[in-house]
Amino acid sequence: MPIEFKKKPGIVAYLTAGDPDLETTLAIALAAIDNGADVIELGVPFSDPLADGPVIQRASERAVALGVRLVDVLEIAQRLRAARPACGIVIFSYLNPVVRMGMTKFCVAAAAAGADGVLLTDLIVEEAGEYLAEMKANRLAPVFLAAPTSPDARLKAIAEASKGFVYAISRVGITGTQQKIASDAAELVTRLRRFTEPFGIPIAVGFGISSAEHVRAIGEFADAAIIGSAIVALIEMTTPTEAPAAVGRFIADLRA
Amino acid sequence: MSITAGLTSPMVSPVDAKVGRFGIYGGRYVPETLVAALDELEHAYGEADADPAFHSELDGLLHHYCGRPTPLYFAKRMSEQLGGAKIYLKREDLLHTGAHKINNALGQGLLARRMGKHRIIAETGAGQHGVATATVCALFGMECVIYMGEEDMRRQELNVFRMRLLGAEVRGVGSGSATLKDAINEAMRDWVTNVRETYYILGSALGAHPYPTIVRNFQRVISREARVQILEQEGKLPTAIVACVGGGSNAIGAFYEFLGDKDVRLVGVEAGGRGTTLGDHAARFQTTGGGLPGVLQGTYSYVLQNDAGQVATTHSVSAGLDYASVGPEHAMLHDSHRAEYTSASDAEALAATSALARTEGILPALESAHAIAEAMKMAPKMAKSEVIMVNLSGRGDKDIGILAREMDLQGAKS
Repeated sequence: MPIEFKKKPGIVAYLTAGDPDLETTLAIALAAIDNGADVIELGVPFSDPLADGPVIQRASERAVALGVRLVDVLEIAQRLRAARPACGIVIFSYLNPVVRMGMTKFCVAAAAAGADGVLLTDLIVEEAGEYLAEMKANRLAPVFLAAPTSPDARLKAIAEASKGFVYAISRVGITGTQQKIASDAAELVTRLRRFTEPFGIPIAVGFGISSAEHVRAIGEFADAAIIGSAIVALIEMTTPTEAPAAVGRFIADLRA
Repeated sequence: MSITAGLTSPMVSPVDAKVGRFGIYGGRYVPETLVAALDELEHAYGEADADPAFHSELDGLLHHYCGRPTPLYFAKRMSEQLGGAKIYLKREDLLHTGAHKINNALGQGLLARRMGKHRIIAETGAGQHGVATATVCALFGMECVIYMGEEDMRRQELNVFRMRLLGAEVRGVGSGSATLKDAINEAMRDWVTNVRETYYILGSALGAHPYPTIVRNFQRVISREARVQILEQEGKLPTAIVACVGGGSNAIGAFYEFLGDKDVRLVGVEAGGRGTTLGDHAARFQTTGGGLPGVLQGTYSYVLQNDAGQVATTHSVSAGLDYASVGPEHAMLHDSHRAEYTSASDAEALAATSALARTEGILPALESAHAIAEAMKMAPKMAKSEVIMVNLSGRGDKDIGILAREMDLQGAKS
């Protein structure tokens, strides 16, 4: 399994697949990896992204309007895997497109595409029986979210069910950038660590991370930083031709 | 409709089978951040429901403040004109604020107060749930933010003014189709951001567990009263109960106490809109061009969607029925055939509005007019000894602007 954070903190880069188009998404993913990203989260655009802030909502809306589908995202994953055998690839989706495809079919296809893991935003551990069985059968890593509001009993269940890494949400709220990393984040990671440690599963912190300063701060208590909206906003502001290089520089600067 | 192969029970596991399920439907599909709040709500509701003082306060307010029990009215002229079954109307339109929505808003408002939450948020489609929530917040002195699609704000403008008069902040939502679904997305984003101090009063029997159960239980009062009333007035149960179904709260409230009466037909009426093509209606249970099981906004139910799992846009002349999914309990009742679901078109709903206004002097909400339209189709085919009970879920004052445009009332003589 290539989900590995060699340097600390690791970098996970989220991309809304198909924004501005699928070819550019692939080019951006390659640039992100070549400039230090350890894992690419390929976001499946969805009509109703209720956990996302305005930046990812807009990206999702654009990609949905282009007709980008889950199968297209898996195809990008496959091409990314062929081009970069050592990078981590996580398929990041709301549940409904996966339900529509069928859970079994999706897991088989994701594994065949060379994905390492899957994160389903609106699937919590209690509802994940069949999902976990299919993930296991296909040797995929189920990545679950942990939130500052999750009590310890839930964090324990999340740590036990997760593979690859646990996605710790830095603060209550939706995706989007912020000035400072909330104190919630360190407190959550400390609580979560008790439960992930026995399994040796790393903790990646996401939501609101947009600068080298944030990444350094995350590095003091967590294993990796997840950058989403900041990258998606950068893609929104640049042309498709400029976007890969711009994202590459941005990722390189995060570790500078 | 058969569930597509491979989707029969895509998420039912031994763990989730026990909580918040209606057959294979329902459940809790939300971002992790909200789970603790849903657990807290479930716990608080369980305690309140077991507390006689909670029920006595709610019943007192429903009686003295809202005007319950609502009448069960025999629509004699309409029945005679149709020449078949006797049509009775359960007059939820006579409740304070003009629709059944207050039953739930008041119940959840009391629950929020009991939980010590002072900031209330809600979504609204036609504006009736928004008005009911704003009313309850005024009554209890709570801060109130209502999310409403911009398209719905335009077509239900009077209710926007009412909410503002009551002291609520109305936030327009311009994303997607700018209707109810988009308002729910935005309300959920607010909730996930302010989850520690905010109570989300969901307005229909939708969303993640425990909402479908809570909302249904606060709406059960409709059928609890109606069952006694029809037995008093007719000495027997109705042949059929008819209610419109958007999210489905008035319908589940009207059906619930009759579920065990196997001879009573339960008929839900969806919005047929302007055609059967996806995007032109909100008829989730329609055989062709209808919904498929999926997950939207916290629950597993029928969802109007394309073959890639993107949720479809919907259309209805009535904002309150204009929604891509449906409450999970209705999905179960549909599959088990305990309830039947049909639809009425925009044109049929408008004609029914006019018919009820002119035969009975009652102006129904466009939502409720869908149920009237179905009763008008059913009654002539039934014997005069049979009884149809229609849940008249709301009154039509809010729709005057739409009716004026659609029916050319400015110059019409007929």
